[in-house]
Amino acid sequence: MNFYLTYIAVALGLFGFAALFALFGVYAERKVSAFIQDRLGPTETGKYGSLQTFADILKMLQKELIVPSAADKILFVLAPVVIFVSVYMGFAALPWAPGLVPVKLNIGLFYIFAIISVETLGILMAGWGSNNKYSLLGAMRSVAQIISYEIPAGFAIISVVMITQTLNLQDIAMQQGVLSGESIKFLGFIDVSHVGGILAWNIFRAPHLIIAFVIYFIASLAESNRAPFDIPEAESELVAGFHTEYTGLRFAFVFLAEYSMMFLVSMLGAILFLGAWNTPLPNMGAIHFADYTTGTAWGILWIALKTLLLVGVQMWIRWTLPRFRIDQLMNLCWKVLTPLAFLCMLISGVWRLLLM
Amino acid sequence: MAKGGSIGLKTIFGGMYLTLKHLFASKKRRVMDSVKSDNYFAEQAHGTNTIQYPSQQLSVPEVGRYQLFVEMDDCIVCDLCAKICPVDCIDIEAIKATEAIGQTSDGTTKRLYAAKFDIDMAKCMYCGLCTVVCPTECITMTNQYDKSVQELDLLTYKFSDMDPAFAEEKRRLFDEQQAEKQAAKLAAMKKKEDGE
Repeated sequence: MNFYLTYIAVALGLFGFAALFALFGVYAERKVSAFIQDRLGPTETGKYGSLQTFADILKMLQKELIVPSAADKILFVLAPVVIFVSVYMGFAALPWAPGLVPVKLNIGLFYIFAIISVETLGILMAGWGSNNKYSLLGAMRSVAQIISYEIPAGFAIISVVMITQTLNLQDIAMQQGVLSGESIKFLGFIDVSHVGGILAWNIFRAPHLIIAFVIYFIASLAESNRAPFDIPEAESELVAGFHTEYTGLRFAFVFLAEYSMMFLVSMLGAILFLGAWNTPLPNMGAIHFADYTTGTAWGILWIALKTLLLVGVQMWIRWTLPRFRIDQLMNLCWKVLTPLAFLCMLISGVWRLLLM
Repeated sequence: MAKGGSIGLKTIFGGMYLTLKHLFASKKRRVMDSVKSDNYFAEQAHGTNTIQYPSQQLSVPEVGRYQLFVEMDDCIVCDLCAKICPVDCIDIEAIKATEAIGQTSDGTTKRLYAAKFDIDMAKCMYCGLCTVVCPTECITMTNQYDKSVQELDLLTYKFSDMDPAFAEEKRRLFDEQQAEKQAAKLAAMKKKEDGE
């Protein structure tokens, strides 16, 4: 009986975290965009406008839920739920610290990759159900884009899995620091099993994973529909894309899903490439930085910092680069990223055979 | 393709560097500097540019051409401003006085009361023609530009504060004087006729 309570508590905790992060993320996004464009962003609600997003969500909760009369009612109402739940369920398998993971799945990586693909279905439901040409166009673009970009992202991930030889995210995390059971070789030659720190991260264990990381990061931008891959929402062409017709809480859920997705893909990137919850500080001589800064609280701190850093880069990119045209988008995916990802996978195989 | 790729990467990093510079320069707030300042444009090249309006304001010249003001003590109610106004936003009602009622500060004799001197600032197009034609320079443009009201009526500025009863009294006096003059004239004419 007790473990059911634990499950519910963990689920509620993750939901609360996702909601809080979305509020923080929207605030951060508005501030970052404002500063990049020499504006001030929200300043009036609370100190430095910090309560702005709380005010926004309060307003949104009170809004009427409008269902267009020509809409496909079931699909329309169900879509935000499908979109959010698919992202939210992805959080279940992500490790936060040594021994701290909501569900210790031995196919965690595969599970996450599978469950966030369901978001595509939700987006298509939203676009079709709205019975609005802009929504449908946005949804079609989104589906075309997400499905295309899953291929380079998938192969970039596979090149990591070939190095780590496991799909369990907690094991992948464990391998990248001083707690590792097996020997870690920096750049494939120098044994750093007891040094740890930044030297033991996957991108430094096998340097070609830096390219894989860049590929994964670009693809993750596309999968979370963020600029420069935001053609599904393209404000200047499609109003707001697939969520044009949504109001109130349903719109909030779509937004929540977008920001949760940003956090999820960033956290997955941090786990796979940037040492997960492991400290960046290595043991140096007599001073054992890595040993001091490894633990449950430290783990949460490190993974949160790394993830927020990646989220910050996502925002930075969004407010710098202009939107891709659909043909440029597909060009980049199929002619550049996919061959590069294949190459990374090939190098991973050779690396594993010869150097590990 | 390799060339295009290298150009792409170079421009991406160039753009990212530019936005990062702006991101970290944003600590500096807008300096409220007059447009006459030599550094006016140089200051705006760094930091944020937002003017947080009610708490921060750019200074405007003291002789700015914004809302109208009428110094009623100097007004001789000549109606020239109302006649020149292209949008007819000035509404004046004059009452003739029975005698000279004083002098303006430049020495012009006042012979008219202004029962009404309304300027509808919602109609005003800020051309300044009224200030040009005014013989006593009593109507001027000020440096006040910020006025928001709850009702449209409040944008009609009433410069004459003449009491309606007082205006009625003056009207009556003038009419009586006119009647007296008329009577005197008639009497004089009659006398003349009788005399012939």
